[in-house]
Amino acid sequence: MIALRRFLRTPEAVAGALILAALLAMALSAPWFFPRDPQSIAGPALLRPFQDWTLPLGTDRLGRDVMAGLFHGARASLAVGLAAAAGAILIGAVVGTLAGFAGGLLDEILMRITDAFQTVPGFLLALAFVSVAGPSLATVIVAITLGAWTGPARIARAEVLSIRERDYVAGARVIGMHPLEIAFREILPNALPPVLALSSVIVAAAILTEAALSFLGLGDPNRVTWGGMIAEGRAVLRSAPYLSIIPGVALVLTVLGVYLAGEGLVETSATRRMNA
Amino acid sequence: MSEPLLAVSGLSKHYRRAGRTITALDGVSFQVNRAETFALVGPSGSGKSTVARLLLRLADADAGSIHFEGQDLMALRGEKLRAMRPRLQMVFQDPRSAFNPRATVGRVLDDPLRIHGLAGRDERPRAVETLLERVGLSPALTLRAIHEISGGQRQRVAIARAIATKPSLIVLDEALSALDVSVRADILDLLVSLQLDEGISYLFISHDLGVVARVAHRVAVMDAGAIAETGEARQIIAAPSSPIGKALVAAMPSLAQPVSKEAE
Ligand SMILES: Nc1ncnc2c1ncn2[C@@H]1O[C@H](COP(=O)(O)OP(=O)(O)O)[C@@H](O)[C@H]1O
Ligand SMILES: [Mg+2]
Repeated sequence: MIALRRFLRTPEAVAGALILAALLAMALSAPWFFPRDPQSIAGPALLRPFQDWTLPLGTDRLGRDVMAGLFHGARASLAVGLAAAAGAILIGAVVGTLAGFAGGLLDEILMRITDAFQTVPGFLLALAFVSVAGPSLATVIVAITLGAWTGPARIARAEVLSIRERDYVAGARVIGMHPLEIAFREILPNALPPVLALSSVIVAAAILTEAALSFLGLGDPNRVTWGGMIAEGRAVLRSAPYLSIIPGVALVLTVLGVYLAGEGLVETSATRRMNA
Repeated sequence: MSEPLLAVSGLSKHYRRAGRTITALDGVSFQVNRAETFALVGPSGSGKSTVARLLLRLADADAGSIHFEGQDLMALRGEKLRAMRPRLQMVFQDPRSAFNPRATVGRVLDDPLRIHGLAGRDERPRAVETLLERVGLSPALTLRAIHEISGGQRQRVAIARAIATKPSLIVLDEALSALDVSVRADILDLLVSLQLDEGISYLFISHDLGVVARVAHRVAVMDAGAIAETGEARQIIAAPSSPIGKALVAAMPSLAQPVSKEAE
């Protein structure tokens, strides 16, 4: 409760949380407000925003509802951001814990693999993976996860290295606990906070990467995405700049919101830990 | 004489740090009998904790042997080592760091019972309560988080965990040092009564000969990784033969001051 109050007293954090709440509301309400396929034709082509109250943000080159696209696009952004971050943190935490706890050869092997993944820029890795595996929401998520788990793995390993020397880990060995239980039940939960602190950055990066893939035409072709909308709008950038600007602004706001809310969370939990 | 419960022979351990080699232990030998309290006393850095870590197989010795209940401890690994764990337990110095910060009292005591299948799933809550009662704590503590209880209570929980698997030997590494003097006497009494009831042996590690004098049957005085002298506790306190033994006796708090109820 105290943490919540502290969170609410940070204006940036509140702004971030409000943006995220709006995004979540858009994503959840999309099928309800816009039950029609957002890729279907809803009116005349290239209708400007604020001309027709049934199509408040206008239509694109093919007469598709921009507002509907924005709402449905929020679903894709949110799904990819959250799923990729969850996957990256899960893989990173497991790899980092095993490496840090086991040490020796296993540590060496796992960290070489981590190095290898880290050397390749995440976006190139995602690009390569989607090109091979074919564009779909699931492959986009896997592709982004592949490039995002190395940071969590390194942080988890460093944390585990310091925790495994503590008395309580020795105590767990003394009572005969199985090494895997020690690693994943005794150590991992205590190593998690600094790893979770990375999540906002990962979510934000994942949303941007998804948009970039969609922009390049490597997003899920059966879904409206903000990146895809920006790419569509490019063809008529001079005559109808709003088609690129609207999803672009949504993207920037979302990334900003995720980042601000994440920073706020990390800050409040850090002060809480200091006070504990 | 029957064979000793624990026979340590020629134990050596070196640490390499920043290019230098530190000799933590250099040929340490001693024996602990059944139902005996054997103390290791020595100044800080003399290698006492290293002995404890090697005995509990938390680190590997460079040389020497450890025979416990007739088994060659240093030859055990993996499952065999875990199967031996119930027999040899340890209580750590600092009760604040000895438990997972997320654990509850109940979980800490349930773990050894579950791991070694010492009680069925349905019987374990009752077994945990019994353990708490045996160390003088209320069974109502079961649901409390470890960080919610006092240092003295935590050390009692540590002792309860150590006796949960019915060991024949418990290593206590400075187990009283982090506690208030008033609490120390109570914990000492608890240890003594558990020994009388169950015939547990203690390897009692301390830098304080005054505390050792109260519980130990026999004492080994350690200095710089080696044992300087071994003998009956009474005899060493009355007439230490080694320089380090003399220094430790000289540093003892005056025996005229009662440290516990026993002195009354
Ligand atoms: N993990 C370690 N790495 C390097 N040196 C160590 C380590 N553990 C203990 N030592 C050294 O070994 C010696 C004995 O330490 P220790 O057994 O902890 O002594 P005591 O418990 O009697 O104070 C000390 O010089 C200490 O610095
Ligand atoms: Mg020590």
